[in-house]
Amino acid sequence: MSDQAVSLSVPSGAAHADALGPSGPKPRHIFSRRNIFLYGTLIVAALYYLLPLYVMIVTSLKGMPEIRLGNIFSPPLEITFEPWVKAWSTACTGLNCDGLSRGFWNSVRITVPSVILSIAIASVNGYALANWRFKGADTFFIILIVGAFIPYQVMIYPIVIILREIGLYGSLSGLVIVHSIFGMPILTLLFRNYFTSMPEELFRAARVDGAGFWGIYLRIMLPMSLPIFVVAVILQVTGIWNDFLFGVVYTRPDTYPMTVQLNNIVNSVQGVKEYNVNMAATILTGLVPLVIYFISGRLFVRGIAAGAVKG
Amino acid sequence: MSKSERPSRLFRNLNAKVASIPMILTALVVFVGGTAWTVLYSFTNSKLLPRLNFVGLDQYYRLWATPRWLISIENLLIYGVISLVFSLVIGFILAALLDQKIRFEDTFRTIFLYPFALSFIVTGLVWQWLLNPDFGIQGVIRRLGWTSFDFDPLYNSSIVIYGISIAALWQGTGLIMCLMLAGLRGIDEDIWKAARVDGIPMWKTYLFIIIPMMRPVFITTLVIIASGIVKVYDLVVAQTSGGPGIASEVPAKYVYDYMFFAQNLGQGFAASTMMLLSVMIVIVPWAYLEFGGRKRV
Repeated sequence: MSDQAVSLSVPSGAAHADALGPSGPKPRHIFSRRNIFLYGTLIVAALYYLLPLYVMIVTSLKGMPEIRLGNIFSPPLEITFEPWVKAWSTACTGLNCDGLSRGFWNSVRITVPSVILSIAIASVNGYALANWRFKGADTFFIILIVGAFIPYQVMIYPIVIILREIGLYGSLSGLVIVHSIFGMPILTLLFRNYFTSMPEELFRAARVDGAGFWGIYLRIMLPMSLPIFVVAVILQVTGIWNDFLFGVVYTRPDTYPMTVQLNNIVNSVQGVKEYNVNMAATILTGLVPLVIYFISGRLFVRGIAAGAVKG
Repeated sequence: MSKSERPSRLFRNLNAKVASIPMILTALVVFVGGTAWTVLYSFTNSKLLPRLNFVGLDQYYRLWATPRWLISIENLLIYGVISLVFSLVIGFILAALLDQKIRFEDTFRTIFLYPFALSFIVTGLVWQWLLNPDFGIQGVIRRLGWTSFDFDPLYNSSIVIYGISIAALWQGTGLIMCLMLAGLRGIDEDIWKAARVDGIPMWKTYLFIIIPMMRPVFITTLVIIASGIVKVYDLVVAQTSGGPGIASEVPAKYVYDYMFFAQNLGQGFAASTMMLLSVMIVIVPWAYLEFGGRKRV
């Protein structure tokens, strides 16, 4: 370790000694020890991160005989898409044998309204906190933020009772409400910080022109804060799609989201294990967040950074 | 006059108050109310249904005498230390490497972060397959000729929690790397120049100058990792379902199983209250520093 550290410090030391010699930047060698160490480490790390994805894809394209005989790292000799078809349309969970497609559509029906509702609530709320503060607002906000750290297990059962009382326990709408509740702290924080950073004059000018609470929100804030809405959508879609705990607690088997159904398919005890179908199903479930991740790129990073480090 | 002024104070800024109703309800009913409810009922002997039949600390005595809970706590501690240490170290090293003005930085970052987009269920199932003793890493190496090679963490109860930790690190280090990278980018370029002029070696600059300067980033990261550790649930469910036997049980799973399968609500409430307590130990000092400190400035 210390040897590598010394080699890293060489360029700086050399530059210092040559300060009286020829000026201009030191010519860089592509195959310097520093670069070999740097890129070598990064490539090894990248391979480690990519390996599971590679194995998933390769396994899902093999037939079962080949899996039993071969090596999980070897590419398929004969590519077959049958496991994918089976995972999507005929894999069994309990008595239902209509594959992951059921879970997929359940997840869509959970995710879309949850994302819209949670973002609508949180953006208006963040706007109120940023521009229309009233007495006590900050107290509720701090409770909300601190509450985000309470383990969900503490609040699961009281919410079961509340949902049962209003007749939504076990329904998709109940789960949508739960997702909106637990998405609120982070989204409110996100929107509040964004609206606070917008120029105050804008808000004042609109007030002078006679615009009210909703007028300013709809005509000025909303159009100007498109990037933060995109960040929020990314954050929520991946978060809600990947949720397992709420899905398993607040829905019934026929309304299970995709993650819960995937787990039931793969970890079911009865029947012969079909690893290729399992891996195809796993990829299918991970596909939606992965696609969002690869398309959104920097915005995804911004979303999680905004979510994690307070601005 | 004063009579007509009173309601006007409540109704002033009415729209903002209406817009905040969901937040107020969530904060008061779910977060404060729900938590208080659970803590209260953890002192009862509720079985199938919650009943206010107080039995003092009985549930807690029973909890700490249950082997499964003790194993859960032990697993959580091991898992917690591993995730904390390794995700900080790996995350920081990766961020420091990416911060060397390298080429393809975006590509590398995309690769390191993509597992974070995947759910714990997907992560758990992939690693269950990779660690499969017959077909996974162990099987492949044995077939290469090293027949005594042993690497089956998911089927060996003494090391199963390490097998889960590997999967968790694969999923989560990318996020830590991103946070660290943001922290490194926030450091003034002049600090580096000054250290270079003084001839301080790079590793020393990192260890004694940069890392102390990044204290706020480290604290925030620490809080994020710590609150994630206590919540670990789906990963275990997907990867081992708590097995072999009860070797990889975790507190969150204990709570769920007692509430919804064993129909022993009191136990579930007591266990979840213990989880809350452990989070409080981390969060309260942090919240005090964070919110208390801001007011003074």
